[in-house]
Amino acid sequence: MCGIIGFIDRAKSRMDGSGIKAALSLMNERGSGEGAGYAAYGIYPEYADYYALHVFFDNMGEAKKKVDEILQLWGEIVHQEEIPNTPQPGLKKVHIPWRYFFKPSQNLIAGRMASENDVVMHIVMEVNEKINGATIFSSGKNMGVFKASGWPEDVANFYRIEDYKGYIWLAHHRYPTNSPEWWGGAHPFNLLNWSVVHNGEITSYGTNKRYVEGYGYKCTALTDTEVIAYLFDILGRQHGLSHEMIVRALVPPFWDDIDRMPEKEAMLNKAIRLTYGPALMNGPFSIVVGTDDGIVVFTDRIKLRPLVVGENGSKLYVSSEEAAIRTMDPEVKSIYTPRAGEPIIGRFI
Amino acid sequence: MKTVRIDAKGMHYTPLNQKIRAAVADGAEEIILDNVLGQRFIGDGLRGNVRIIINGVPGGDLGMFMSGPTCIVNGNAEHAPGNTMDSGMLIIHGSAGDAVAHSMRGGKVFVKNNIGYRGGIHMKQYEEEVRPVLVVGGTAHSFLGEYMAGGIVLVLGIGKEKAMTDIGIGSGIHGGEIIIRGEVDDYLLGLGARKFKFTESDLERIAPIIKTFCEQFGYDPTEFLDTNYTRIGPASSRPFASKYVWE
Repeated sequence: MCGIIGFIDRAKSRMDGSGIKAALSLMNERGSGEGAGYAAYGIYPEYADYYALHVFFDNMGEAKKKVDEILQLWGEIVHQEEIPNTPQPGLKKVHIPWRYFFKPSQNLIAGRMASENDVVMHIVMEVNEKINGATIFSSGKNMGVFKASGWPEDVANFYRIEDYKGYIWLAHHRYPTNSPEWWGGAHPFNLLNWSVVHNGEITSYGTNKRYVEGYGYKCTALTDTEVIAYLFDILGRQHGLSHEMIVRALVPPFWDDIDRMPEKEAMLNKAIRLTYGPALMNGPFSIVVGTDDGIVVFTDRIKLRPLVVGENGSKLYVSSEEAAIRTMDPEVKSIYTPRAGEPIIGRFI
Repeated sequence: MKTVRIDAKGMHYTPLNQKIRAAVADGAEEIILDNVLGQRFIGDGLRGNVRIIINGVPGGDLGMFMSGPTCIVNGNAEHAPGNTMDSGMLIIHGSAGDAVAHSMRGGKVFVKNNIGYRGGIHMKQYEEEVRPVLVVGGTAHSFLGEYMAGGIVLVLGIGKEKAMTDIGIGSGIHGGEIIIRGEVDDYLLGLGARKFKFTESDLERIAPIIKTFCEQFGYDPTEFLDTNYTRIGPASSRPFASKYVWE
């Protein structure tokens, strides 16, 4: 099952985390208390130029030392601290959540990497694959993921989520069915400014995983959803596709639909299917992706998971259930179910 | 008439359903639920002739296994209202989510506006006399009447140019019928479904259903009794026989 929420204020007015916590908790039934998480964009304006690296450490010994070393190889840490947290009776603190504000230095990356983003991606893959006891679970700018194993309220209270104010929020309550429960397996999954919450399964995971590995991504989260963040990074950042085109590649029209299209449109869609065949996602899913400039929302092509959209002025809400949207905004105006496979995109205005 | 009013604000569905059952046991004929928001399983397995008025948006599986009561929703409903319902009526003054009337066995589900995907999935019926009915005022998304084994699904397409524009109608249907106002493009039909001629006797048969639907929402039934419909049913009683056996 799983319960998901996405929110964007297209006018960039920021909302604190209390509403999203209440809305996610309303869908407690959709999860099993084995993973919950939140992503918020616009929360670190004082460090907006720095990558906010959120890390789970098993302890502050060897693993921490190794992460510090890697970061110093590539740039400068301007600030670091434990992510503020409050113990919760219903949540076992398995890891120490830590955050670094980090900037790659031009004189360290010159000739070694093409861009700051490439450096950060490299660091995330290195740490998550090679350093025992450390997992970087959030690596964007002016945004952050907060997640753990537990119920939505406990995870929100643990991270004091109402203290953060964001213009994009994602939230997820997990019901793990075919992969292990651990803090890094909770959603959202993130790389750079891409964050993903997902209800369902990616049955094409094996094919998609081999595809992203060909581009140097390492799948280390022990569950399928992380591959979506990497697919968006390849198609969006590396190949420069628009959000609409990324969704078209990941959940393309059926061949029958293409046969009914006008010739030019059919050619484009055939080309996308042939080029991005290994990126095509199969299985039941509804997904919200947070990005630099908005949110991207879509379901599988035959709509095997629920998704409701609501709007109120500059605010766009999506969730597994309408009641969750009404919890955040009792005044929400239009409520509708999007068509299978068709993207709903909320961009800043 | 004995009426009981319950404020459901912030209440979990377990105590809410306990209160509803206690009221019914106490002889209530009408129960009004205010501030409903996302509470699942309202009226599940409930028996009797009680009328439940739901002000707000009830959660999934409204009226599941229900036998007798009438639920009137002043708002939208979420997934699977009428799931495996036996008898009684759900009247939804709004839209509903996916899998409306899922596996429904009897009674009526009336939705004023639209429904999501897989409405009427696996509806069934017992002989001719116990036929569940789902009527949708607006339109339905894909896979309407998927794996349907019995009963009637009727889509009126009120305010729509075409009542149905989504694919997979009657995919895997092996019993029952789907009746859609106006023409339906052939490519919208699912595997195992085919069109049948809609006759005068079919219209006579569905006229009482149309009238009851219109009574609930204050529509004049005349325009729905003087119009064309498309009738869709099973091409065979075992549409997927060749998928499972090699003979």
